[in-house]
Formats: sequence, structure tokens, C-alpha cells
Amino acid sequence: MNASALPAWPDQLFDTFKRAGIRQVGYVPDAGHARLIDRCRADPDIRDVVLTTEEEGVALAAGAWLGGERAALLMQSSGVGNCINMLSLPRTCRFPMLMLVTMRGEWEEFNPWQEPMGSIVEPVLKLCEAEIYRARTPDEVEGLAERAVQQAFGDERIVALILSQELIGKKVWTK
Amino acid sequence: MSESTPKLERRAAMASLLAGRGDDLLVVPGLGSTAWDLAAAGDNDRNFYLWGAMGGAAMIGLGLALAQPTKRVAVIAGDGEMLMGLGALATIGLQKPANLAIIVFDNGVYGETGMQPSHTQSSADLIGVAAACGFGTCLDVRDETGLADLAGRLTCFGEMLFARVQIAADEPPRVLPLRDGVALKQRFRAALGLDA
Repeated sequence: MNASALPAWPDQLFDTFKRAGIRQVGYVPDAGHARLIDRCRADPDIRDVVLTTEEEGVALAAGAWLGGERAALLMQSSGVGNCINMLSLPRTCRFPMLMLVTMRGEWEEFNPWQEPMGSIVEPVLKLCEAEIYRARTPDEVEGLAERAVQQAFGDERIVALILSQELIGKKVWTK
Repeated sequence: MSESTPKLERRAAMASLLAGRGDDLLVVPGLGSTAWDLAAAGDNDRNFYLWGAMGGAAMIGLGLALAQPTKRVAVIAGDGEMLMGLGALATIGLQKPANLAIIVFDNGVYGETGMQPSHTQSSADLIGVAAACGFGTCLDVRDETGLADLAGRLTCFGEMLFARVQIAADEPPRVLPLRDGVALKQRFRAALGLDA
């Protein structure tokens, strides 16, 4: 992929964060989120918090809200599994929890180890009472992100925006 | 943990740490015994008691400390809670919020579940972990003098700190705080002047 073909949706997600007043962004690094992570890291008004495991980000976002700031969490589909018990915190206390999940294991996946968790991301999140939006094409990312933000912070809900693997593209395994 | 000195009593230790508490100190205990200790020291709207989310106390403290840089945040959790979230020490060590103290009441056992030995009783060294994760100030509190020093730091600390408080493995009667999570959240935010 050359520079002129870079997709616009990661920058649109960043712009959505800025409009929403997101001040803390927790993430476990992921190639699908790389551009968005770079934008957040470069912004002096956003505190980027690299996590050792995704569940840390759920607790981080709860603490941020207790202190009056909005947070967002970026993770890959495998990270959803790491969050399950910690999501009892936003469920019990009604903390806003905005999660952006890049998918693996569902389209042109080379690594079969990604499939078990990838295949249960949506049902698991539903069981956690999350509202789920899924973006399959670049043109629907921004609108769904806006809805996710409104619902997370307006209704104090767990909201996951799932970014399909087809949207992100294939991971290249050969040099 | 050293067996040479008598261990501190947990309720008295919590009371000593919070004796000079002002409105600018926000406290997040772990679930279980440290929550009961905090409630026994006197309820406060600026306490966010945990009844679950084990392993999350330190990270709640981080999010809160970053959001409220002019307030002081003390996470006061047990060794079991801290062990479940050891990675948080690496995450916090990177962020270095000057207004955050992570305090572990370490008795070397899982007291809430029947006093099973924890990793800290004979091998894991939480101070060593914290230091290795970038905590510049790591205190090993074993006596009243150490408690007084730590209490003083909670009123004026200017850098992130970690403290282990060596407490006795006893189990005082439970003092149960409010357990409605929404109400806890709302009263905490209201105390900070935020919309409930």
C-alpha cells in the first residue's frame, strides 16, 4: 500500500475522538490501530496509555470517568477476551466504556490461532450487555463511531465499534 | 516478609494513614479486606469502594490520577489484588503520575477466602517489582514510624510512590460499605463537582 492509498478512516476516528473530548486512550498495540495510535500519541491533549493487557484499559477508563475525563480503549479481537471480568465494573456502575475492536480471524486469516477468539467477539460482548456496531466498509466508519460515542457517554453504556478484518486488510506474512 | 518484627494491625494502619485526610485525597481500595478497612476508617464520598473487578484497583487509580492532576490519589489494596494486576505497575511506571500512590497492605495471605498463602509470603517481592517498573520511591512500611512517614507523604507527595505496608494476617470483623456501584460513582463525581 503506498502513501496515497492510505485509508481515511483512522484519521476520521481520531477526529471523532477530538470532537468527543476524549482525553485518555488506552491500548495494547495493534497493527489495525497503528495510525490511530500514532495520531493519539502525537496529540498533546490526549494521554496515550499503553497497557500490558486490555483489562487494564477497562479499569483506566472507569477511573478517568470518576475523575471527569472521557477515555477510549483500542484493542484487537483477542483482547476482548482479556476484558470479560473487568467489564463487570462498567456494567455494575454504569461507566461509559468506548471500545474500538479490530478484527482478526474472520477474513483471509493466515493464522488459525486467531479464529477461536475472533469468532466469539460479538456474542461475548452481547453477553456483557455491550451495544455493538460493526463497520465493514470505510465509508461507514465515521458515522458509526459518532453513534458509538453518543451512546457510550450519553447513556453510560459499554459500546463496542467493531472494525472488520476486511476493512483493515490482510496481514502480510511474506517479505 | 521478615518475621523479626511484629506486624502492623490493618485497621489501625488504615486509620493512621488517613488521620490527616483532607478533601484533596481520593482513595480507591481493593476489593475485600482493604475495602472493609477503608470503611472502618470512616466513610467518605471520595472513597470508591470495589466489590469486584479484582486486579483493577491500581488502573482505576491511574485513570483518576490523570484526570484529576491537582488531587492526590491513593490506591490501597491487598497483596492478592496487586498480584492479579502486576502489569499495571509497568503501565503506571511508564506514565509516572506525580499524584498517585500505590499502597499494598501485604499480609502474605488471601484473607477473604480462608487465609491461603499468597505469592508474597515466601517468594514474590512487590517492592522489587515496583522498583523494576519505574517507581522511584518505594517504601517498606513495618512500624508506626514508617506509617507516619507514609501518612505525611499522602498529604503532600510530589512524585508517584509505591509502598508495601506489612500487616498481620488477621481478620477483623467486616465493616461493609455502600455496594450500589452507580451510587458510589455518582457520589464520588458529585464530591468532585462533576455531574452525577
